[in-house]
Amino acid sequence: MTSLAFENVSVQYDGRTAVHGFTDTIKPGEWLCIIGPNGAGKSSLLRAITGVAPHGGRILVDGSPLTARSSRRRAQLIAYVPQSPVLPSGMTGAEYVLLGRNPFVTHFGHETAHDHSMVDDVIARLDLADLAKRDVDTLSGGERQRLVIARAIAQEAPILLLDEPTSALDIGHQQQALELVDKLRREHGLTVVSAMHDLTLAGIYSDRLALMHAGHRVAHGPAEDVLRPETLGEFYGVSVRVHREDDGTIIVVPNRTSLR
Amino acid sequence: MSSSTETHSTVHGASRWLIPVSVVALLLAVLGGVMIGPAGPTWWRVPLELLNRLPFITIHSGMTATDWSIIWQIRAPRVVLAALVGSTLSISGASYQGVFRNPLVDPYLLGVAAGSGLGATIVITVNRSGSSGWIIDPLPLAAFLGGLLAVLATYLVGASVKNDRSSISLVLAGVAVTSLATAVQTFLLQRNSDVVRQVYSWILGRLSSATWGDVRLVIPYVLVSTVALLMHRRLLDVLRVGDEEATALGVNVSRVRLIVVVAATLGTAAVVAVSGLIGFVGIIVPHAIRLVVGSSYRIVLPMSLLFGAVFLIVADIPGRILDNPAETPIGVVTAFLGAPFFLLILRTRQAQR
Repeated sequence: MTSLAFENVSVQYDGRTAVHGFTDTIKPGEWLCIIGPNGAGKSSLLRAITGVAPHGGRILVDGSPLTARSSRRRAQLIAYVPQSPVLPSGMTGAEYVLLGRNPFVTHFGHETAHDHSMVDDVIARLDLADLAKRDVDTLSGGERQRLVIARAIAQEAPILLLDEPTSALDIGHQQQALELVDKLRREHGLTVVSAMHDLTLAGIYSDRLALMHAGHRVAHGPAEDVLRPETLGEFYGVSVRVHREDDGTIIVVPNRTSLR
Repeated sequence: MSSSTETHSTVHGASRWLIPVSVVALLLAVLGGVMIGPAGPTWWRVPLELLNRLPFITIHSGMTATDWSIIWQIRAPRVVLAALVGSTLSISGASYQGVFRNPLVDPYLLGVAAGSGLGATIVITVNRSGSSGWIIDPLPLAAFLGGLLAVLATYLVGASVKNDRSSISLVLAGVAVTSLATAVQTFLLQRNSDVVRQVYSWILGRLSSATWGDVRLVIPYVLVSTVALLMHRRLLDVLRVGDEEATALGVNVSRVRLIVVVAATLGTAAVVAVSGLIGFVGIIVPHAIRLVVGSSYRIVLPMSLLFGAVFLIVADIPGRILDNPAETPIGVVTAFLGAPFFLLILRTRQAQR
C-alpha cells in the first residue's frame, strides 16, 4: 500500500493559479474525495498528480517526490480515470484495456504474453468478456466507464485517481462504478483520490472529504464534519438540508428556495 | 488464463494473413511494372527473362540486349523508386495522422512541400544553364534541404509558444511557414517567368526520369525513416487516447511527436527531392487501409508501407502508355485512380454496416 502526500502544491495555467498551497497526507489504502464547486481546482489537482499539469511544491509518493521519477515510472504508480476519457473508435474493448499496460512496455518494445494474460485476467474479473471484442464506439456510457476503470486496474498502480467518475452515469451505474472501485480498492489495497460532485455519494464511499474553494482547501475531515449546511452554504452558495441516517450516512438535500 | 498467445482477446486472428497477401500483391505490382511500357520487348518475355537471370535456371526468352537494358536501366529503377516513394509517403502520412490525431493531415502538413518547392525553384532559377558542370545535381539537394529547413522553422516557431498543451500551435506554424515559402516562390516565378514551366513540371511530380542513382540517393533516408516509424507503431496507438491520457499512461508525448515528425520529414523530404510533389498518396492509402483492416497503427503502418508501394507502382503504369510519347504526370494519375478507388471502399464499407 502506498501513501500520497502534498506539500504546499500549487498549479498554474497561463498565469492563473488554479490550486493554492494544497497540503494533505493520504494514508495508504485511504479514499480521499475532493469536493467543491466548479472551477475550485479539483481536476487541476488530479492533473498535477498525473503529470499532465506542472505543479509547484511537492507531491510525494511513499515519501519521495513525483518529479524525480520518469513518466513511465510515475504511470506504474498512479492510474488515472479522466472525467471525459477518449475511447478511440475502431478499438476493441480488450485493445483499450491493453493500453493500461503501456507503463510496463519499453519505448520500442511490445507487450509480452504476461501483459496480454494480465488484460485477460482483468477482463474476466471485472466481468467484461462481452465487451472485449466489441468496438468501443458501440458501448453505452456505463460500459465505457467500466472499461476505463478496467484499463486503470490493468495498470496495476497502487494509487487510483478518479475525476468525476459518475458524472455521466445514471444512479444505477453510479452505484455500480463506485462499488467496483470500492471492491478493487479493498482487494488491492489501493489508495484512491476522487473528485466528485455528488456530495452524498462522496460521503458514502470515501474515508475523508477535502472541500476546495477557489484553489484553496477550506475544510477536510469525515463526511459529518464537512457536509454541514453552513459550510456548504458558504462555499457552494447553496441552501441545503443535511440528514444523518441511523447508519451514519450523510444525505445532502437541496432546499427549494423559490417557494419561500 | 490462456496458454498460447493466439487465444488472447487482444490479439487479432485475421491480421496474420494480411502481411503475406500484401507482399504477394507487391510482387505482382513489381512484375506488372517491369512488363508494361511503350517500348521494349513483348510483355510475356519479361518474366521468362527474369527467371532466366536467376541462378541455376536457363530459359530462352528471346530477348535482345537492348530489350534487357530497357527493362533493367529504365523500367526497373522506375518501379523501385515508385515503391520507395509510395511507401514513404504513405507511412509518413499515416504517422502524421497518428501524432496529430487528425485524419485529414498529410506528410506535407508542416511545410515539407513548400520548402522543397522553394528549394527547387531557387535552383532552377539561379541555375538556368543546367547543372552539367556540377559534381552533384543541386536540384534534389536543394529540394531536400528546403523541405527540412521549412519543417525545422515550423518546429522552432511552434515550440516557442509557451504553455502549449496541444499540437495546434505546431500545425498553425506549419500553415504560416507554408504560406511564407509559397509567397517567396511565387515572387521568384513572377520575376523569372521563363522557368515557370520547368518548376511546374517539378511540382507535379514525376518518376519517368528515375535512375538507379535516384534510388541510391533516397534509400538511406527512406530506410532510417521507415524503421523509426515502424518502431513507434505501438506508441501511436497509445496516443490515440489524446495527449493528456497518454501522458498519464507514461508516454512522453512531445518526445514521441518530435521523433515521429523528424523521421517522417526525413523520408518525405528525400523522396520529394527526387520525385517532386506527388499528392494524395499520403492521405488516400492510409485511409483505404483503415477502412479495410481497422484503425490500429500496428497494422496500419506496415500495411501502408506495402500498399503505398503497390499503389504508386500501379499508378505509374497508365501514365506511360496513355499519352505516348508524352507522359501523363504521376500526380494526375494518383488523383484520378485514387479518388474513385477510395469512394468504392468507402461505399462498400458503409453497405456492410
